[in-house]
Amino acid sequence: MLAYTIRRLLMLIPVLIGMSLITFSIIHLIPGNPARVILGDQATATAVANLEEQLGLNEPFLIQYGQYMLGLLQGDLGTSIRTNTAISGDIWPYLAATFELTIFAMVFAVIVGVNAGIISAWKQNSWFDYTAMVIALIGVSMPIFWLGLMQQWVFAQELGWLPAFGRENPRNPIESITHFNLLDALIHGQLDQWWTSFKHLVLPGIALGTIPMAIIARMTRSSMLEVLRSDYIRTIEAKGSSTLSVIYRHGFKNAVIPVLTVVGLQTGTLLGGAILTETIFSWPGIGRYIYEAIGNRDYPVIQSGILVIATMFVFINLIVDLLYSYIDPRIKY
Amino acid sequence: MRKKSLWLIIMSLTLVLFLAACGDNNETGGEADNNNNAAENDGNNDAAVNDGNDGNDEGNNNDGNEAPAAAEDQTLIFARGGDSTSLDFASVTDGETSRVTLQIYESLLKFNQDSFEVEPGLAHDWDISDDGLTYTFYLREGVKFHDGTDFNADAVLTNFNRWSDPDHEFAFIDEGYNYAVYGNQFGGFQGDEDHVIDEINVLDDYTIEFVLKEPFGAFIQNMGMSYFAITSPAALEEYGADIQENPVGTGPFQFVSWDRDDRIILDKFEDYWNEGYPKLDRVIFQVIPDNSARLTALRSGEIDIMDGLNPDDYEAIANEPGLQVFERETNNIGYLGFNTDQEPFDDPLVRQAMHHAVDKETLIGLLYAGLAEPAKNPLPPAYLGYNDDIEPYDYNPERAQELLAEAGFEDGFEFDLWTMPVARPYMPDPSRAAEVLQENFAAVGLTANIVTMEWATYLDEIETGAQDVFMLGWSGTNGDSDYFLGNLLSTPSIPTSNQTFYSNSEVDDLLTQARHAVEESDREQYYQEALELIHEDSPMITLVHSIPVLAGSDRVQNYVPHLSTSEPLTEVELSE
Repeated sequence: MLAYTIRRLLMLIPVLIGMSLITFSIIHLIPGNPARVILGDQATATAVANLEEQLGLNEPFLIQYGQYMLGLLQGDLGTSIRTNTAISGDIWPYLAATFELTIFAMVFAVIVGVNAGIISAWKQNSWFDYTAMVIALIGVSMPIFWLGLMQQWVFAQELGWLPAFGRENPRNPIESITHFNLLDALIHGQLDQWWTSFKHLVLPGIALGTIPMAIIARMTRSSMLEVLRSDYIRTIEAKGSSTLSVIYRHGFKNAVIPVLTVVGLQTGTLLGGAILTETIFSWPGIGRYIYEAIGNRDYPVIQSGILVIATMFVFINLIVDLLYSYIDPRIKY
Repeated sequence: MRKKSLWLIIMSLTLVLFLAACGDNNETGGEADNNNNAAENDGNNDAAVNDGNDGNDEGNNNDGNEAPAAAEDQTLIFARGGDSTSLDFASVTDGETSRVTLQIYESLLKFNQDSFEVEPGLAHDWDISDDGLTYTFYLREGVKFHDGTDFNADAVLTNFNRWSDPDHEFAFIDEGYNYAVYGNQFGGFQGDEDHVIDEINVLDDYTIEFVLKEPFGAFIQNMGMSYFAITSPAALEEYGADIQENPVGTGPFQFVSWDRDDRIILDKFEDYWNEGYPKLDRVIFQVIPDNSARLTALRSGEIDIMDGLNPDDYEAIANEPGLQVFERETNNIGYLGFNTDQEPFDDPLVRQAMHHAVDKETLIGLLYAGLAEPAKNPLPPAYLGYNDDIEPYDYNPERAQELLAEAGFEDGFEFDLWTMPVARPYMPDPSRAAEVLQENFAAVGLTANIVTMEWATYLDEIETGAQDVFMLGWSGTNGDSDYFLGNLLSTPSIPTSNQTFYSNSEVDDLLTQARHAVEESDREQYYQEALELIHEDSPMITLVHSIPVLAGSDRVQNYVPHLSTSEPLTEVELSE
């Protein structure tokens, strides 16, 4: 197990070098001059030339890449061109915001998706099954931005139940320690702020969690259907176990592996793919951090941001792989 | 049993989720207009956090609170589409930056609430010598920077040196600071031949004198610009290049915190020189990128003012109870430029013909919901020298075809119509505009192929002259006509801002004369003549001057949008 973990971690190195090379090349190949973008469409040519010089954009591509990788090895993610500050210092609040949102979205997706899938499989071809699977189909094909705007319209504007934007009430912000708002509010012992932050999570969390929820529901259902038909389930039923125990304890435990795979993949995707949700709900997360950087040709931020997300993705999948053997002791590495 | 307790946890979590979704109305209402925390806000300026109002935020419902004339909570949330790039006004040009720095910083002069006329700012008075070379400013006494240090003539000198001398200790050139605006507005930097400021003399603590090399008409206008505001020298010393994240000025509000791409918080400056102001205790500039999400937040009462109202929503919002709309006077030009170096657009007849082919009124009706005026000059109407005698190119397809025939293009021709990928105040929906224009041109036998590319690429390519006909615009910042005409249509500005490559030595001469004329009437005369020539040559189809609109809660009082894109919120207050 330990050897496996180390091997997987070592595999991370070529993956990340490859990632960095690809992003670095693509960004530099597309036309558009960062100095021009920074100075705006009303700047003079000399000003643009001066800034290029300052930013080292005149250096050959390989030298720029080499310098970047050298810094990376020393734990330096580079300096943002736009803000002129160290990325390693800037990036955490955005990352924490996205983590919080992703965790909420995945908790929502897993709880609703897994239960809907289990019940659908258990009551196959019932009205619940049909309704749940139709909803899941709609969920998979629903454009997030549309769902988000509809949610805002109904729950924020018309009903006034939930806030339409942001992570907290800007009139009463939470003092950041970890940048996880729910955690910070608890540390400060301010339950009202905790509740406000929680309410801010609901709409974007559900918008973001809808697609994974639908995928998880469908995956759970098909996986459960297979398990519930197997002989040992019939044996346990014959033994007189309660239905709940048969379904959850014996059935789901054996159906969980494919579901876990999907959960892992979806979590990774959400980390990098929350950009639409983050934009609609003004959520200051990593997706928007990188998006703004792209608009400003802030090369170092794009680089490092994508690299950080890629690393997360690889780590999450590693954790999922390790969880397999925990859940199913028959799996050995 | 382990699994059973897990199941219990899952169920209770689900219940919490469900309850959250059905949150009680009063509680969010309390969040939106939270009345009781104003008092605690005062003076709390060292942290973004307001520890004083624990507990009264959520539970505060408004039942039974009779409305006072002025709301107790004077926190204003101003929502906008994008963040500031820096809080150092001098080294960046975007409007989202000056919107914020205008609250923190002040210049020697300022613009009148609804025009570009200059008024006393940090200087309460000024003299101009008869030869137009010496400007003396008398500074306000007793003005404090937010860090407690005194504002005086030395501070002004330090700031001007910082921008004009690349070797100055506070220039921070190596850290990426760039004072392009200073260079543009004052003809370069110290040592440059065209730099208009010869020397700056501190006469006493509160008197400072600027000596120019030659008369320079726009000088006094420039002194009102937000780009030339005064930063505390002590803060420059303390923060160094980090000054852009720790702004310290003399303005009505002082900086509290900045979360990038999220929000900037400013608090009332208690020692502000203009006693009784500002009225607000706290201003929050909140980024909400999505236009419709911003409108939803306004309607649900979570924000007070929103920038960038979609023209299509204007009517609805104007009639909605509880909301109001604000119009910003027009200060821009949206145009369709010709590459005058390229055939067939090097022929003035072709350019005039195409100008006649465009139906500006329909464009305004379709895209701007009427919130724009057709342009006949490449200069907004409020500017010195705006030539109202010019007979606009009317929408006249027959005339267009005649002119094309005269130029030898009876059968028309095909060209690329470069279309901006992003919306700008002067062009809210470029791709739809392109379609309308395409039809206009088709009606006179011309085939326009709509071409578009990513914004940074677009700007880059246009400089190289790869375009045939392109869409672009220009917005004013200081009310100086030269800022439009000199940048857009004079030979020295090719290709950075003059992308029509239009070069007419007569126009160049007139613009130079106007720049150095001291008498306003002379300058007006020169500009009007130049506009006459430009009109004849038609290097661009002047499409529209658009009127940007904002929306706000009707609690917002005394908010007057300034035509320069930003305005101080000194007098704004919230009523109940």
